[in-house]
Amino acid sequence: MRSFLINRLFQSLVLLVIVSIIGFGVLNLIPGGPMAQYGLDPGMTQDDLARITEQLGLNRPLWVQYFDWAWRLLQGDWGHSFRDGVPVLDVIGRHIFATLLLMGSSTAIAIAVGTWIGIRSATHRYSIFDYAATVGAMVALSIPTFWFGLVGIYVFALELKWLPAGNMYAIGDASPLDYLHHLILPSIVLALVHIAIWSRYMRSATLDAISQEYVKTARAKGLSERRVILKHVVGNALLPMITLAGIQLPSILTGALVTETVFTWPGMGRLFLDSLGYSDYPVVMGLLMFSAILVILGSLVADVVLAIVDPRIRLA
Amino acid sequence: MLARIDAVATTDVALSVSNLTVSLPPGMEREHAVENLSFDLKRGQILCIIGESGSGKSVTANAIMGLLPKVIRVTGGAMELDGRSIMGLPVDELRSLRGRIVSMIFQDPLSALNPLMTVGEQITEVMAAHGVGTPESRRSRAIEMLTEVGLPDPPLMYLQYPFRLSGGQRQRVMIAMALVLEPTILIADEPTTALDVTTQAQILALIRDIQRRKGMSVMFITHDFGVVAEIADSVVVMEKGHIVEQGSSDQVLKSPTHPYTQRLIAAVPRLAAADRTHLKLADKEPILKVEGLVKTYRSGSALFRTQRVVAAVKDVSFHLMPGRTLGIVGESGSGKSSLGRLLIKLMDSDAGLVEFKGLDIAPLSEGDFRHLRPSIQMIFQDPFASLNPRSTIGHILTVGPVAHGMPYAQASEEARALLYHVGLDAGAFDRFPHEFSGGQRQRVGIARALMFKPKLLIADEAVSALDVSIQAQILQLLDQIQRETGVSMVFITHDLRVASQICDEIAVMQKGRIVEHGPPSQIFLNPQSAYTRELVAAIPGERPASARPVAANL
Repeated sequence: MRSFLINRLFQSLVLLVIVSIIGFGVLNLIPGGPMAQYGLDPGMTQDDLARITEQLGLNRPLWVQYFDWAWRLLQGDWGHSFRDGVPVLDVIGRHIFATLLLMGSSTAIAIAVGTWIGIRSATHRYSIFDYAATVGAMVALSIPTFWFGLVGIYVFALELKWLPAGNMYAIGDASPLDYLHHLILPSIVLALVHIAIWSRYMRSATLDAISQEYVKTARAKGLSERRVILKHVVGNALLPMITLAGIQLPSILTGALVTETVFTWPGMGRLFLDSLGYSDYPVVMGLLMFSAILVILGSLVADVVLAIVDPRIRLA
Repeated sequence: MLARIDAVATTDVALSVSNLTVSLPPGMEREHAVENLSFDLKRGQILCIIGESGSGKSVTANAIMGLLPKVIRVTGGAMELDGRSIMGLPVDELRSLRGRIVSMIFQDPLSALNPLMTVGEQITEVMAAHGVGTPESRRSRAIEMLTEVGLPDPPLMYLQYPFRLSGGQRQRVMIAMALVLEPTILIADEPTTALDVTTQAQILALIRDIQRRKGMSVMFITHDFGVVAEIADSVVVMEKGHIVEQGSSDQVLKSPTHPYTQRLIAAVPRLAAADRTHLKLADKEPILKVEGLVKTYRSGSALFRTQRVVAAVKDVSFHLMPGRTLGIVGESGSGKSSLGRLLIKLMDSDAGLVEFKGLDIAPLSEGDFRHLRPSIQMIFQDPFASLNPRSTIGHILTVGPVAHGMPYAQASEEARALLYHVGLDAGAFDRFPHEFSGGQRQRVGIARALMFKPKLLIADEAVSALDVSIQAQILQLLDQIQRETGVSMVFITHDLRVASQICDEIAVMQKGRIVEHGPPSQIFLNPQSAYTRELVAAIPGERPASARPVAANL
């Protein structure tokens, strides 16, 4: 286990370096850039621009800029936003709660609902429920998230007036109940596509497990069908799903990008889009590194969890 | 102790099946899985149901257990357990019989236990499901059962996960689980087929022993007449869903009346006492010479001292003359398959010499060895997995030679000729593997290997997956091919009886070493090493003068 962790840690570091190089390179290849943003200000003279370029160190060769940025990062200095000079970590910190709240609740919904649909589809294969779930998953996968968001806002906020159309809390309220009220629509919309994916995988994992010999053994023991499914089928079917969860977790972050924009949710997805618009490279790079770390953590946690729940790995 | 809850039985028949008919869904190869089946399992007896694959023997067992898949339905007849009919019983009542009145053990102990639950949890679960005992009493009963089936250190075994146990140990756990509520009837579906021959002998002895002690009735499904001879009181022979013959064990084995039974018994490979006559070839140089061959598997990391080293092949030496067959016999884990893979260079050896026609091929790179590949060909074990389901037989046969430079027209002509030669009609060329039976597929596998006109054939458990009658045909085909082409063969098998049929010489492997090497007559009639003696003694149903049957000797 220890050697496995050390090994993974090393792989992760290499991966982070590669991600940062590609990210840094691509970002600086985009036409425009921070100086073009400053140039939009009519009060700026050529001299001012040159001075700012000098100050931000943007006149140095790209690789020097990269190593400078990377060296500071290693020392815990993620840089300062070009826009308002606030440290990048502070900027991320201001938005992280909103995103984690949305991600967490929609992940919980996706896993709970997806698992249930998947198991029921498998135990009632070729039933009306199974066909409905198959068609439903196809629909959820083929229609973009923003469309569900807009339709959701139109139906539940504008027409029925049950739910707020956007934002994380109402100004002047911000009680937990108010947060919850605002959370319902975006978290369900964000969860839809993941329910679709999760339920399909869960269905096939359950079918795999159901056809195993030990399930036949369980039936031959005289266990009730309910116990056969819950104890012998589901436990084994969930094992491959743990790995899937690790891979899926970061993709919920990218899904949040769209959802947060549609619902004006003050999270990291919107921060990313805004920062790109302003060519705020330090913040964009910070967010990029942050999500790369999240990806790595996701699959690492999945592997560790798998090792804990599967005795064949835990005790081997 | 657990009291038997059911009413005292009134008859001496534990299980009675009459006119049982089970239908298959439309579009299957036949309408009924079994038709008009009638037999009785007498109290305190072992009834063997024997038949080849597709004979309907497992369907019968599952029908009694109520474990048939939904699409396969019992459409006629009657079944009585302990004197009461189980036809049309509500699901819950049937369920309460399973595990309590009738239990079942399965073929593959590796997959029949839930990998995520400890042995103890899986045994106590049976008692909990039937509402028997308290958690403490269930635990002590489970440990009692683990002791009874002869597992070492039962309290520790109780806490183990299945993956820690060997195949034989897992089958003992299955037996403990099946018998924990002292059922009247045990149904055993090929419970020893997946086990090594020595383990098989132990499990057979265990079942026989417990059956006698408890006066239990056992319905034992098998395809092996050796096993029947070992434990059966009475026998039912099935073919394609029908019972063709039934009677006492002695009667069916010694004087079978139905032609199918006669054919089956004749096809059972027997220890050949006389050695095989072989071709006299002018060539006096061995085609294959192996000296000091070593292969060690390493896993884990040396850096973190978690490395595990397993010596698969240790200092193996032998040579093989042209036109001869060498049998490599051993139990699982003996290194016989690793040896086969080394000979064909599917894997690199760590040390030693593999001389093929005087050239050491062990150190050759893949590129240098490539032109020799056609001369050394392999026949694989599983004819279902070793043929690409998306390729036609024609493609499977020609793709190799074409890759080695043969024009397609010539390759396809030779392929058609070979198909005819291995006993398939030329129309097979354009068909897909799924259209063939197991035996036919193995013929395709043999034709595929012969396409290269090899000098050496490596057959790795080439007949193990086949029914005995098909097995006999394939062995005959291999023999005929060898006589015609003079090809040399290395025949890897776990089955001593099969090896004795086709091999000129046999090398017995144990834990990576060859422990004995000699002609079949020596191996079987006058074995020199203790391990070989043990192996020969464990062969079910065979009684060579020198060997004592293990199962009868408790």
